[in-house]
Amino acid sequence: MWNIPFVPPTASQEAVGISWLYWVITALSVFFGGIVLFGAIFLAVKYRAGNQNVDRSNATDSDLRLELSWTLIPLILAIAIFGWAAKLYGDIYAPREGGYYEVFVVGKQWMWKFQHPNGKREINDLHVPAGRPVKLTMGSEDVIHNVYVPAFRMKQDVVPGRWTRTWFNAVKPGVYRLFCNQYCGTNHSKMIGRVIVMEPREFQAWLGDETGATPAQSGEALFAKLACNTCHTGTSGARGPSLVGLFGKKVRLLGGKEVLADENYIRESITNPSAKIVEGYQPIMPSFQGLVTEEQLMQLTAYVKSLAQDSPQSVSPSDLSTTNAVSKEVATK
Amino acid sequence: MSSYPVPQTTPIPEAREGSSGSENHTNYLSAGYTLKSWLLTVDHKRIAVLYLLGITFFFVIGGIFALLIRLELMTPKGDLVSSDTYNRLFTQHGLIMIFLFLIPAIPGVFGNFLIPLMVGARDLAFPKINLASWYMFMIGGGFMLAAIFTGGVDTGWTFYTPYSTTFANSSVILAGLGAFIVGFSSVFTGLNFAVTIHKMRCPGLTWFRLPLFVWAHYATSLIMLLGTPVVAITVLLVAIERIWGVGIFDPRIGGDPILFQHLFWFYSHPAVYIMILPAMGVMSELFSTFSRKPVFGYSFIAASSLAIAIVGFFVWGHHMLVSGQSEFAGLIFSALSFLVAIPSAVKVFNWTATLYKGSISFQAPMIYAFGFIGLFAIGGLTGLFLACLGMDYHVHDTYFVVAHFHYVMVGATIMGFLGALHYWWPKMFGKMYSEGWAQFAAVVIFLGFNFTFFPQFLLGYLGMPRHYHEYVPEFQILHILSSAGAMLLGVGYLIPGVYLTYSFFYGKKAPANPWGATGLEWQTSSPPPTHNFEKTPVVTGEPYDYSRVESVPNVAS
Repeated sequence: MWNIPFVPPTASQEAVGISWLYWVITALSVFFGGIVLFGAIFLAVKYRAGNQNVDRSNATDSDLRLELSWTLIPLILAIAIFGWAAKLYGDIYAPREGGYYEVFVVGKQWMWKFQHPNGKREINDLHVPAGRPVKLTMGSEDVIHNVYVPAFRMKQDVVPGRWTRTWFNAVKPGVYRLFCNQYCGTNHSKMIGRVIVMEPREFQAWLGDETGATPAQSGEALFAKLACNTCHTGTSGARGPSLVGLFGKKVRLLGGKEVLADENYIRESITNPSAKIVEGYQPIMPSFQGLVTEEQLMQLTAYVKSLAQDSPQSVSPSDLSTTNAVSKEVATK
Repeated sequence: MSSYPVPQTTPIPEAREGSSGSENHTNYLSAGYTLKSWLLTVDHKRIAVLYLLGITFFFVIGGIFALLIRLELMTPKGDLVSSDTYNRLFTQHGLIMIFLFLIPAIPGVFGNFLIPLMVGARDLAFPKINLASWYMFMIGGGFMLAAIFTGGVDTGWTFYTPYSTTFANSSVILAGLGAFIVGFSSVFTGLNFAVTIHKMRCPGLTWFRLPLFVWAHYATSLIMLLGTPVVAITVLLVAIERIWGVGIFDPRIGGDPILFQHLFWFYSHPAVYIMILPAMGVMSELFSTFSRKPVFGYSFIAASSLAIAIVGFFVWGHHMLVSGQSEFAGLIFSALSFLVAIPSAVKVFNWTATLYKGSISFQAPMIYAFGFIGLFAIGGLTGLFLACLGMDYHVHDTYFVVAHFHYVMVGATIMGFLGALHYWWPKMFGKMYSEGWAQFAAVVIFLGFNFTFFPQFLLGYLGMPRHYHEYVPEFQILHILSSAGAMLLGVGYLIPGVYLTYSFFYGKKAPANPWGATGLEWQTSSPPPTHNFEKTPVVTGEPYDYSRVESVPNVAS
């Protein structure tokens, strides 16, 4: 019973780096905290009022060199630690060039829903392959949640009205705890799950063949069902800009501003189309806020994303600076 | 006690007589015994006593909630209360302790009582506004109590949206209004302090002769004035969205939940400095008095208070490092958070250096001062973990954070509050207390505090999230340790309640200057007369001049 645990399992590449940082800051804190605490105790005992055998002459009440050194030394150490921690953080959020395994995550009071690229769905359990970067694209149907896997030292808020994402690279197969780490109401503490890290081959076996439509296929069906394709026909002169080759490119907006067509841009263009109008088009699209669920939004986005990958003639970034409406040009090619 | 010279001022007749006040003069306590004489008083000292009663009342309520939380967490299953009740317990514990205890405790009681005395004034600049601040405090507190009795609040004290505006089924609006109204008491107090310190210093009392307690409160008053309106507006916006469904924070009606967090933390991070800066001011006084030496690095401590107040306004985003704000914003807020740690560290180094070649005695207030150093060092250093981007990614919103902020804002503020209460008790009430019991209680509270909160650092690093009613079994042993510590801490808090009450009625009469301290407040009688000084003091020397004072007189019973 008195076996007190001190550290969580360390099961991802990121966790290794963060553990090192933890132990180094702990050592520095114990060292400098110890100097202050034992220094204070030592001085307090030595200069206690009852002790007359101690030299109290020439006591000063300020010393510029001391002040500067105990300002600058902690400052330099702080900058060093900041830099190290920022590096780890940058590595976590750095955009990956393909090759990652993307899982869509939807949080709702009080459960986690996961969807794999082949369409397979899970609730509260998430299976992932070991040794491969995994990207979580996360949305919430109601309040703010937070995906937290202590063994990966990984945590990210899941916010309604936008998507957040994070990456991890699980290296050690096993079963790890997943917590909701942002207070979300009555059963917040029951909103927990597991992450099951499997050897790649085992994982493939578990994943099986396509169990249904992939998110992109569902999105395509939805695209037709919601009649998106009546305006986004992909041809020149259409009422809406073509979506072929759009994803990951810069879009020039009405007024000349450019934005990157990422997941959140696609999402916003569906739920709040008038927020950003592509140059050369009219703000005529109705909002689909409330008409599509978070998962359907993710499917639609997956479809738009797939259009970029399928497109044989995607626009190179250098073309963008000269064109007005990216999608128009793509459409005319 | 006239044998202790007060070098920095011209002698004040009463102090020279060594009068202990109450026999020969009407003091502020004996100036009237009716309820009306208290409820309509504009005397800053009486208002301070009203605050002392108010915050003690709320502290007891908040403490009972804490006790229930710790009892529930002794087992992994939610077996003592339901999830909804548990969520109300931690929300109400946070709301009461933060808005009705930690923020007003030291400024409301000791700032009110001491700032006019320390600057040699008869009262604060606006005595009626000061009384209004106490009423705002009590009315706001009343609203919060009303919220608790009409279904409770379950949003967490942070009122995060859209949970608070759309999903919570509890008395969010009453509680928010309570916070809104209490905010006015804070603004009134800040206004009074800033104006008093600027305009009402007695002749000769230049800025750099002010006690560091006054400097700390000056910095605090700036935060109160500049920060509080923002949180007031924010809770109003929550109410507007909740009542009328105006889309401000809920994305489904066009709002932005992250906007709420920016607005909320813009005040609520600096609010931490409203709690801690006054406690730091107390520490400067205690270290000087009980080391019989001027505070080491006076100007650095004074400047660091201002630095904390100013830089503290630019670090709020570190509460949002995993919220989905941009990574670039995270980078900037992390860097600034490291920066704000430096002036706090400078203070600790200077207090420690004050001990060097001092003549140190260990009366109860000084034990609290050492306790402050211990808790603040642990709380401050663990703050570095949280300011680290990569590290925060793991420990954010876990028990690591719970432990960290209890160490800095509760531990340090309680140490400052109790240290101040014991140090100035003889001045406030003209009575001495049992020194033995006081020392004992100080040690029990320090140990109980560490016992309660240190295991929570380990829990947090293991991955125990905050706000969990139920938890997984591997965390239980640390929770049991923490709960046991909480019981010890609870007992520790009760002890001063008993011997201080006894002291108030039956304690030995206190002399004007029981600690042989410098500072104007010790030169008037204990308790002070209604108008503080028989004659306006004139300051002619530096603060904390102990050069002609030998040791702390042993007057404790």
